[in-house]
This record gives sequence, structure tokens and C-alpha cells, in this order.
Amino acid sequence: MTQATMAHGAQRAAAPVYYEDVIKKFVLAATFWGIVGFLAGVYIAFQLAYPVLNLGLEWTSFGRLRPVHTSAVIFAFGGNVLIGTSFYVVQRTCRASLFGGRGLANFIFWGYQLFIVLAALSYVLGYTDGKEYAEPEWIVDLWLTIVWVAYITAFVGTLLKREEPHIYVANWFYLGFMVTVAMLHLGNNLAVPVSLFGMKSYGLFSGVQDALIQWWYGHNAVGFFLTAGFLGIMYYFIPKRANRPVYSYRLSIVHFWALIFLYIWAGPHHLHYTALPDWAQTLGMTFSVMLWMPSWGGMINGLMTLSGAWDKLRTDPVMRFLVTAVAFYGMATFEGPMMSIKSVNSLSHYTDWTVGHVHSGALGWVAFISFGALYYLVPVLWKRKSLYSMRLVSLHFWIATLGILLYITAMWISGIMQGLMWRAYDEYGFLQYSFIETVEAMHPYYVIRGIGGVLFLAGALVMVYNFFRTIRGDVRKEAPYETTAAVAARG
Amino acid sequence: MDLQALSEFFRSLWGLWLMILFLGIVAYAFWPRNKDRLERYGDMPLRDDDDEERR
Amino acid sequence: MSLVKKHKKLETNVALLLIGMLVTVIIGGLVEIIPLFTIQSTIEKVQGMRPYTPLELAGRNIYIKEGCYNCHSQMIRPFRDEVERYGHYSLAAESKYDHPFQWGSKRTGPDLARVGGKYSNEWHVRHLIDPREVVPGSIMPSYAHLMRPLKYDDIGDHLRTLRIVGVPYTDEDIANAKADLEAQADPDADSSGLIARYADARQSNVRVDNFGGTSQITEMDALVAYLQMLGTLVDFSTFDASQAQR
Repeated sequence: MTQATMAHGAQRAAAPVYYEDVIKKFVLAATFWGIVGFLAGVYIAFQLAYPVLNLGLEWTSFGRLRPVHTSAVIFAFGGNVLIGTSFYVVQRTCRASLFGGRGLANFIFWGYQLFIVLAALSYVLGYTDGKEYAEPEWIVDLWLTIVWVAYITAFVGTLLKREEPHIYVANWFYLGFMVTVAMLHLGNNLAVPVSLFGMKSYGLFSGVQDALIQWWYGHNAVGFFLTAGFLGIMYYFIPKRANRPVYSYRLSIVHFWALIFLYIWAGPHHLHYTALPDWAQTLGMTFSVMLWMPSWGGMINGLMTLSGAWDKLRTDPVMRFLVTAVAFYGMATFEGPMMSIKSVNSLSHYTDWTVGHVHSGALGWVAFISFGALYYLVPVLWKRKSLYSMRLVSLHFWIATLGILLYITAMWISGIMQGLMWRAYDEYGFLQYSFIETVEAMHPYYVIRGIGGVLFLAGALVMVYNFFRTIRGDVRKEAPYETTAAVAARG
Repeated sequence: MDLQALSEFFRSLWGLWLMILFLGIVAYAFWPRNKDRLERYGDMPLRDDDDEERR
Repeated sequence: MSLVKKHKKLETNVALLLIGMLVTVIIGGLVEIIPLFTIQSTIEKVQGMRPYTPLELAGRNIYIKEGCYNCHSQMIRPFRDEVERYGHYSLAAESKYDHPFQWGSKRTGPDLARVGGKYSNEWHVRHLIDPREVVPGSIMPSYAHLMRPLKYDDIGDHLRTLRIVGVPYTDEDIANAKADLEAQADPDADSSGLIARYADARQSNVRVDNFGGTSQITEMDALVAYLQMLGTLVDFSTFDASQAQR
């Protein structure tokens, strides 16, 4: 043995032990809450088509279940994916084991699951702040704050003890996500409880100020939770899966700073033509339109990573999830700035168009990049040779894509139709439609949207089955996806 | 300093802050001398070896 | 290039990276949000706005609890069709006592900012119990469970908490909260104290009625009282839009 290889061997022996047990838990929790969230979404979608599904019970009415759906998909599914992948990425790219070890990691995991359960239960029982995506009452908010501080501690602690001099850019996005979400959460939930032993509290802000702070929170929940965090996933898992570095590391630096700078201003576009002062609306619109640039810079960076290796899209269904996610990201971040233009917004606001837009981002971008990362992680974490079945990944991909297309097409049509019907005048100069006529006209689209949701859920169930068999150690007998070149090379 | 003064102070600065930040970052990222070093960082995820071959 | 060196340091130093991020995101928020608290013209000067009566406040809390904001907005935009459909466009002043605001973001159902006085109490009660009995094509859930008794023993605490966050309730308002709540739900009771505390010269901006239609004070009473008040407070006969430039 030469000295060089001995030195190499010694170095390898000193390699850090990555703490992966907790990541497994986050992967399983994300999968579980994903199904719960999608199921809740499908259910409330059909409630809008068939109101009898409200069951006449207070706990199962749309008004109480809708926050269950939004919180389950954003915070439970998305949150578990983000925390789990961030722990995976930060350890690997820092070549350091997780700060705080088993104890802290398990506290974060169980603490976060407790937050989810408390939030969901409290919505069903009618305890809510009444602010979208920030519904948990003050006690639950406080608990989340504690867990979140622990999370930041574990992540930053790992960064601090890293072996690599440079902090890889995916970690910047994760870090930006977690500190900004902390700031938003605290800012938007400042409240005084009515009593120390009750759930009810009153927020510090009122009216127009409360509205701006809520949408400063709300839009940046999109910008930092659903975008920056998942871009962290993009910047690690796409290069990793493609086995090639990101297209331009330099572009990723510009992408990061431009994105976090511009996003923070965009909130007021949720309040166009309301009682919010015009200057704030204009400011929000300007930054929202500018936001298109870094968003597409990031999209190009993600997509071009595959330049010269496009055949992976055909041969690797997991890659297809990751890359299609970035394409949906590009689509949603084009549509978003367009809808933030006041004249477009005057039509789209209050309609299903907004719902469709959100879902092209949530289903196409957030869920797809999550599925890609989960498909990557399961065989790696459970030390399996491969996934149970690549063909099933492909099946999941096509069912889910069809579901998304049905969903967003239905919402485009119903949203634009709704907006036009509300403002339609008849030949005598009267409003042409009563409100209830516009509601009735939506029915077929609500049914189609529900079917789209069923397909998306069905695809996710295929994923669950695939994970189950993979973890059991099974490999399905099926024709592999391989390039002719790869087959030839193997001889 | 009251809120009004504070807000006026920041309002007079934000445009400048935007320009400095953005141009600074772009200049930094695309400074020719930094190219090789920065692009090498892109390899970081690919160097974490061990069990990555499994698909 | 000193800036270059600085960034090199920044990307290898966690603390600096954190500070850079925080400065970037905090400045944006401050510049946008602070002026809203300081610029006087953000909220118009209007006649007739008052804090919610205890019964309306209880009703508003039911509105929030049931998640009505998921489908109903309370913000009329200044467009011809909206003004004709719903009434005068909403003013910032009209939600100045709203903790939290309930402007909403989606109209699965119609805007409610000025629903007050548009329908009878009986219509509201029937509609909430069985929406499709009154509006055949409606997709609204049934709220029959609101016919249960309202719990309002702690209503004074609610007013006190709201005073902490800036709603101008007086000691007298708080002390009489429970009595005022009961008085507003019963047209036969002596409501002079309630009127004195909440009504202005018009007296039309406090409505005393048996909103829920039963002899008990139910959650329905509170919710309907809230709905019947919505958008009726501001005296638009004295409102001059050109004076309320934003």
C-alpha cells in the first residue's frame, strides 16, 4: 500500500458519522402528512361541488377544514420535507454530523409533529386566529417558536462545526428560509391572550395595518417557506441526482440575494384596490414584477444543470419529477408577477384563478420537487440498492401531472369566468348576473378540480406503496430504464 | 428617534441599498478572478462519496 | 475590490451570512410597514365608527371561529360593478377596530362588508340553518349548531383585552359588557345604557333586536347581530371622498 492510499484511508476513517435516523423519521412523516393533506384537499374540493359533504356538523364544515388542508400541505408535508432534507444536506455539504445529536434532533422531530397535531385539532374545534396560513392560536404559536429555535440551533450549529470552508449555496437558501420564517411568525402573531388558560387572543394590529402585516407574512410564507426552502432542495438534489454540478454557481449567488431582497416587498399585491394606501400597492406591484427576474434566473440554473444530459429525463423518472418541478416553478413565477399587475389583479382577485395559481406552484413545484427528493432519499437512507420500482415512479409522475393539468385548467376557466360574470352588464345597464348565478356556473369546474385532486392523491398513494416495498427491501422485476449507451458500456 | 423619523431614514436609504447590494453581488459573482473558485464550489454535493451510487 | 473580499468572508462566516440576510429582509419590511402606522391619511376621518358592542363582538368571534373568511370577503373595491352589487367601497376606517382584519381573499360566496340591513333577521337565521332552503343553488355549509346558547360570561375580559391592543373601550363599557350584551339581544329590555355607551346622535348605529328569534341568547343571536351591523356604521351623508385622499 502506498503512502498516498494509506493517508487517504486514514482520512476516510475520520469521516463524520452522519446522523440519519431522524431524517428517516422526517421522510416518513412527510409522506404521511402529504397523504393527509391531499386527502383533506380532495374532500374540501368536493364540498364546494356537493355541499352535502359538509355533513351538517360544525367540525366538518368547509370553513374549519380548509385551514386543516392548507396547514397540512404547507406546514406538515412541506415542513417535514424541508426540515428532513435540510438536515441531510447540511450534514453532507458541511461534512459534519448534526449539531445537538440525537437528543436535539428528536426534540425537533416530535416537537414539530406535536405542533401539527395541535394546530389541526384546534382548527377543527374552532380555535383560530382568523388569519390565513397563520391560524394557530397563541399557545400553539409559542410552542412552534420553541421548536423553531431548536431547529435553527441544530442547523446553524452544524454549519459552525463544518469541515468545508465554504458554505454550499443550498444551505444559504435553507438558512434564509428558517430565519425569515421565524421573523414572519413572530411579527404576524403578536397577540394578547384573553386569559392565561384560554385559547382566544386578540392580535396587536387592526384593520389596514393588520392586513399589510398579514400579507407581508402570507406572501413571504410563499417566498421563504415554499420557495427559498425548496430552492435549497433544488440546489442540492438536482446536481446530486444528475451527478453534475449546478449550471452556474455564480448565478446561484446572485439568485439568492436578489430573491430574498425582492420577495420581502411583494406582499401588498394581495391587497390591490383595497383600503390599503395606493403607494403601498404600487410598491408591492413593482417588486412583484421585478421578482420575475431572479425567479427565472433560478429556473434557468436548475434546468440548465441538465444541459447535455437531457436523456436523464427519459431514463430517470425521479429526475423527471425534479426537473418538471423547476419548470412548474418557472410557470408559476411568470403567472404570479402577471397577476400582481393591478389591471390583471382587478379581474383575478377573489376568484378561483388565484386558487389555480397557488396550486400550480404548490402541486407542480413544491410537491414535485419534494417527491423527487423523497424518491432520492428513501433508498439512500434505508441502504437499499434501489427503489422497489422505477416504473411506478413513472406512473406516479404521469397520474400526478394529469391531475395538476385538470386542476389548474379548471381553475383558470372558472376563475376568469367568475371575474367576467361579476362585472358583466346587460343591455339595460344592469348587472347581468346575480351572485348565486356565478356560483352555480362554477359547479362543473369544481367537479373537474376535485377529479384532478383525486388523481394527484392516487399518484401519492402509488409513491407510498413504492416506499413501503423499498423499505422492506423488495425490488420489482421490470424492464429497467437504461440508455443504449449504458447497456453497451456494461457489456 | 420616533417611528416617523426612523421610517423616513430608511425610506431615503432603501433605493441605494438595493443598488449597492445588487451591483455588489453581481460584480462579486461574475468577477473573472473569482470564476474558477466559485464554480468549484458547485462540485461540493458531488464529493460526499460513500453510498451515492445506488439509484 | 474590497467588496469582493467582504463577500468571501460572508460566505464562510455563518454569523455574517445571517446578519446579511436579516438586514436584507428586515429593511424591506420596515420601509413598507412603518409608514402605515405613521402617515395620518392612511385611515380616513369619518363619522359614526365605534367599537363593536359586546353582542356584535361575540358574533364576530363566531364568524372567525367558523372560518367564514375562507369564502367571504369584507372589502369592496372601488369598481362600478362592486359598488352597484355591494354598496360604497370599503374604507380603511371601517376596519380600524378589527382585531384581526377580515378582508378575506376569496369570494366563494358574496362580499359581506355591507350586508348589514340588507336582509331580515329571519332570513339570516333560516339561511344559516339551511342555506339551500333560502338560496337553492348555494354551496354554503349549514350552521344549525349556532342555535345553542351563547357562552358570554367572560365577555368583559374580551373588551379588556381589546383595550390593551388599542380599542377605546371605557371602564364603564367593560363593567357593563355582560348587561349590554343581554340588553341588545332583547327588544323588551332596558337598553338605554347600551345606547348611551355605543350609539351616536343617529342612534341607528346600534340595533337592538331578538336576532336569533328564540327566547334564549344563542350564538345565532350574536352572529346575526354582527352581520346586521356590518358596513352600517359610517355616516356616508357626511363622508367626502375628496377630503379622504389616500
